[in-house]
Amino acid sequence: MSLLRAILAHPSGRIGGVIVGVYLLIALLGLLGMTPHDPLMQFRVDRLHAPDAVYWMGTDLFGRDVASRLMLGISQSFVVAFASVALAATAGTVLGLAAAWFGKGWDGLIMRVMDVLLAFPAILLALLIIAVVGPGTWTSVAAIAIVYTPIFTRVVRGPALSLKTRDFVDAARTFGSSRHYILTRHLMLNLVAPLTVQVTLALAWALLTEAGLSFLGLGTQPPASSLGLMLSDSRNLIEMAPWLLIFPGLAIMIGILGFNLLGDALRDILDPKMRRAAA
Amino acid sequence: MNYLTRRLVTFPLVMLGVSILVFVSIRLVPGDAITAMLGTEAGLLTPDQRAALEAYFGIDQGWLVQYGRWLAGALQGDLGISVTYGKPVLDVILERFPLTLELALLSMAIALLVGLPAGVFAATRNERSSDLVVRILAMIGQSTPNFVVGLLIIFVLSVGFGVLPVMGTFTPFFENPLQNLGQMILPAITLGFAFAASVTRISRSAMLDVLSEDYVRTARSKGVPALGVIWRHALPNALIPVVTLSGVEFGYLLGGAVIVEQIFALPGLGRMVLDAILQRDYALVQGSVLFIALNFMIVNLIVDLTYALLDPRIRLGDR
Repeated sequence: MSLLRAILAHPSGRIGGVIVGVYLLIALLGLLGMTPHDPLMQFRVDRLHAPDAVYWMGTDLFGRDVASRLMLGISQSFVVAFASVALAATAGTVLGLAAAWFGKGWDGLIMRVMDVLLAFPAILLALLIIAVVGPGTWTSVAAIAIVYTPIFTRVVRGPALSLKTRDFVDAARTFGSSRHYILTRHLMLNLVAPLTVQVTLALAWALLTEAGLSFLGLGTQPPASSLGLMLSDSRNLIEMAPWLLIFPGLAIMIGILGFNLLGDALRDILDPKMRRAAA
Repeated sequence: MNYLTRRLVTFPLVMLGVSILVFVSIRLVPGDAITAMLGTEAGLLTPDQRAALEAYFGIDQGWLVQYGRWLAGALQGDLGISVTYGKPVLDVILERFPLTLELALLSMAIALLVGLPAGVFAATRNERSSDLVVRILAMIGQSTPNFVVGLLIIFVLSVGFGVLPVMGTFTPFFENPLQNLGQMILPAITLGFAFAASVTRISRSAMLDVLSEDYVRTARSKGVPALGVIWRHALPNALIPVVTLSGVEFGYLLGGAVIVEQIFALPGLGRMVLDAILQRDYALVQGSVLFIALNFMIVNLIVDLTYALLDPRIRLGDR
């Protein structure tokens, strides 16, 4: 609760929080099918219809309602972003803790494998993974998760290494606490802050990557809707139907902005070093 | 072992890992290269013809042999023959690389020319409304995907001015610099947009840190003019994180900008890799991904070295 209050007291936290909240609501409505029209329904007579009271954001080349597709696209992008970040954060935390805790050979092995993954520009690695498995929603999830796992591993390993040598961990060990207890209670609780910040910022990247992959035709497949796909479809119709570009473009931008603002606010709130600098 | 030595020692190891990862993953792609190249005509090949083709492209042996042969070749600069282009992979890559390099350099120039002054300006106006405007713009810039920027540019040009960006045959820089820049400027602005936003944000916060240091206060109290304090005393130290960010970002751009190249129909590395993956051109994918990863790692290594040069306080052994 105090975190929520702190976010709302922070200027960019407030804006970011509201944006993310509204998007979550839209995504939920989209998932529940509560859209103004059926997103797949083709209103043939109203193809490329400009925005009006019936079609708030106009219709596309097939006469489908852009507003409804946008809502569905937001849910789609959110599902991919949340699923991939959840996977990456979990895998990264486990690997980072393992590297820090077991040290020596394990540390070397895990971190070198992460170095290999980090040696690729993110989108290239994602393309390679998609080429192997074939395009699709869950492939995007896996690809984005693999791309971001090394970052979480690093975020966890660094603090875990220094926490490991702290007195309270030694004390817990002398008390006879099990390894599992120390890892989950003592280390993890202290890692919650950096992880929260990283998760929020990673969600912004994941949205961006998902949109990029779908834009290239390698993410979400038609007739399902995704923001990247909608933009890609708008390419040749920009002059005739600018609403096909403007609305999905704004939707992606504002969504990513929301997570970035929230992430920045969380970093200010949760990182004691930053807090001191601000004061 | 200090940090830099460790980096240098692990460099070849990581490259070896990269080569194995690429080699294995491209072979896991369903379908074979010969069919991908010839399409339905592949069905017309006699077994002997198919075997001859496979031998020519070096895909007739088991994986281990293929990998060994490929690695031995790669170490001597021979990355094999591209099935799609019918020429050495290295030649195909080097044909595309100048465009990618130019695009990366142009985007970085735009990012630094816009971002650095904007960041410094915002830092000196800390918490005033002009600072707020710069910060909001930078945040928006960082949150806008480059394909949205690219499409918006095309939209504004076509609807507002009735012109379309020059696409079609690409003119290399040394053939006709003006025409080349005409083709490159919009993609460069597109890529430079978010890059400039990142530079603005990082130079602002770095500048704010430095401006609160004691030596800056000393310079001010000595009566050094405000601009002198900013440019001569504060900026050089604030540049360190900017160099790091720009370097890493530049390294990414050297890998090709798949999406922007696609939007502006530029024959760069990014699109080539995408096509190669879709065509199952094993040799080309392996070679180009290795090339990109190598560039990326070299740039990152140089960034680390520069970092140490710029800030003697950094004891690299401690990292």
